[in-house]
Amino acid sequence: MSLAAVPTTTVDPFSPEVLADPLPFQERLREAGPVVYLTSHGVHAFGRHEQVHAALTNWQGLQSGAGVGLSNFRLEKPWRPPSLLLESDPPRHDAPRRVLSAVLGPRVLRSLRERWSADAEALVDEVLAGPDEFDAVPALAEAFPLRVFPDAVGLGPDGRENLLPYGNHLFNAFGPANALVEAGRPRAPELGARVAGQCAREALSGDGFGAAVWAAADRGEITPEQAPLVVRSLLSAGIDTTVHGLAAVLHAFATHPAQWRRLRERPQLARVAFDEAVRWQSPVQTFFRTATRDVEIGGTVIPDGGKVLMFLGAANRDPRRWADPDAFDLGRDPSGHVGFGMGLHQCVGQHVARLEAEALLTALAARVASIRQVGDGERQLNNTLRAWASIPVRVHRA
Amino acid sequence: MTRQYSLCGNRWDAETYRVGVLREVAGRGGSAYVHDVLAVGDLVGLGGPRNNFPLVPASRYLFVAGGIGITPLLPMVHQAELLGADWTLVYGGRTRGSMAFLDELAVHGERVHVVPQDECGLIDLPRWLGAPDPATKVYCCGPGPLLDAVERICAAWPPFALRTERFVAREQGAPSRTTPFDVELARTGGTVTVPPDLSVLEALGKAGVEVLSSCRQGLCGTCETDVLAGLPEHRDSILDDAERAAGDCMFVCVSRSLGDRLVLDL
Repeated sequence: MSLAAVPTTTVDPFSPEVLADPLPFQERLREAGPVVYLTSHGVHAFGRHEQVHAALTNWQGLQSGAGVGLSNFRLEKPWRPPSLLLESDPPRHDAPRRVLSAVLGPRVLRSLRERWSADAEALVDEVLAGPDEFDAVPALAEAFPLRVFPDAVGLGPDGRENLLPYGNHLFNAFGPANALVEAGRPRAPELGARVAGQCAREALSGDGFGAAVWAAADRGEITPEQAPLVVRSLLSAGIDTTVHGLAAVLHAFATHPAQWRRLRERPQLARVAFDEAVRWQSPVQTFFRTATRDVEIGGTVIPDGGKVLMFLGAANRDPRRWADPDAFDLGRDPSGHVGFGMGLHQCVGQHVARLEAEALLTALAARVASIRQVGDGERQLNNTLRAWASIPVRVHRA
Repeated sequence: MTRQYSLCGNRWDAETYRVGVLREVAGRGGSAYVHDVLAVGDLVGLGGPRNNFPLVPASRYLFVAGGIGITPLLPMVHQAELLGADWTLVYGGRTRGSMAFLDELAVHGERVHVVPQDECGLIDLPRWLGAPDPATKVYCCGPGPLLDAVERICAAWPPFALRTERFVAREQGAPSRTTPFDVELARTGGTVTVPPDLSVLEALGKAGVEVLSSCRQGLCGTCETDVLAGLPEHRDSILDDAERAAGDCMFVCVSRSLGDRLVLDL
């Protein structure tokens, strides 16, 4: 099939207007065809679940090692040393992925469940001791991951304030060099250096995820040179994503009172609720891949070296895959959503995120009879993340 | 019948799995079935691949293969080549004619040392493994006596330098307990008593608790079960020392309990 047969759009999906409300653009993208050429950035894009899924699981034909943003590492120097996980391919990807999967495996997390539940209960009690109206983003969505995750990694007390700005810039930098990237650029080298410093063995406590990564290096499963970069992956991918995942589920419940009542009746729905919110809001909206050869997807040949853009958020609302896709519904089985990716690079920390969400939602459901959003709230624009700066809510205690 | 074979094909070909199966005259019938009954075009079921024998990063690799033990090492050779590592393969077998994949390995030239026993005798292990080298990882797969010999020599090497995979179970002494113990089922509730003459897997099966298993020799890893409390007595050939010390999983086909009670995630 020739390029002329592929529908095109001139709309820039990273423009402030689309980032502020991506849903209308994503619908047009899905309905235009299985593959759409974005003239704004010279890339092919997928908005339907079938093609996004196919692209995510085709690591042989669509590589990550040339970067998962717009920048092609074959042609451009990355702004930071590339991730050994996110921005690498087999065989180099194998050992770091294997180590981090074990460090963050369900078995390890079981030991954190009780502590995190107690932490969530304490945080919710603190928040509920204050006014009935508060901003759920700083009070809960940011506060909870920042309370439990850096401790679980084993970070020292200093420098934790760098984690959110670092993550925000990192996720902006996957997009084009627009105003969002420019705004983050001045601090990027300093933040990158500070976060790198937190990944050294001596900067980490002896009992966290970070120490477990270094222990794997001691057993030869990764090299000592790889260890700090694997720890860095925890800090890059483990905070902002979870913050905005929690913000998504809090926004969902604060605008769907019937679903909140449902959770209160059956608190074990907390896990389904989180995945449904990740499907519905897709905190990580997009990732790129690079064709390793001429690759056919959805009837279009992506040329060797060409970048493709996968719209995870669009796939998660594709009516070809989901009944009533725009509804946030705890009665749905959200399995198969691509909000955590799919295939070889699927989010290695997804069990951590689910455990954090389950702890926080369970604590809230036991203490809050109703939670309602007051006003529209405020989005935080980011080239990759669908993020919230502010979700004002009013609660009634149970 | 369920059997485990090393995938020895090309991972970059997403549509094909390749295995190499040696006909084992004294085996349990799996390899004879593959050779005598299976025909081109037959459909076989398969489970997802697992990896108990991963290639860890190193600047140099020494691969030691005995007979059909070449199969898991073939993709490692390919990967070492892709990674630009310095590698050597020493491949022993009974006769040149009995050794699989020689043609495929020929492209690597002098990196591959073929040692047919009828021409050259056994692999001269002290020659290849004589001087411990901290930059080298040693990967060995083959018959038990070869693995035992490599393990003896590599005792002088840095810890974790040697990585092995067995397809015949390691010799095990008698279990340390001669009295029954209880297995508590954390998820389904209930307790199963395991007498000395039954494996945990068998005792669970008798109690109606099905755990998927395959080799029943502690080799393949199919029956891996999470241990929530209690101290397992590991009798498998899979876990390394660090994994054994962690005590958070066991292979219920062979491993038992050191104490009176184990709590399993079943």
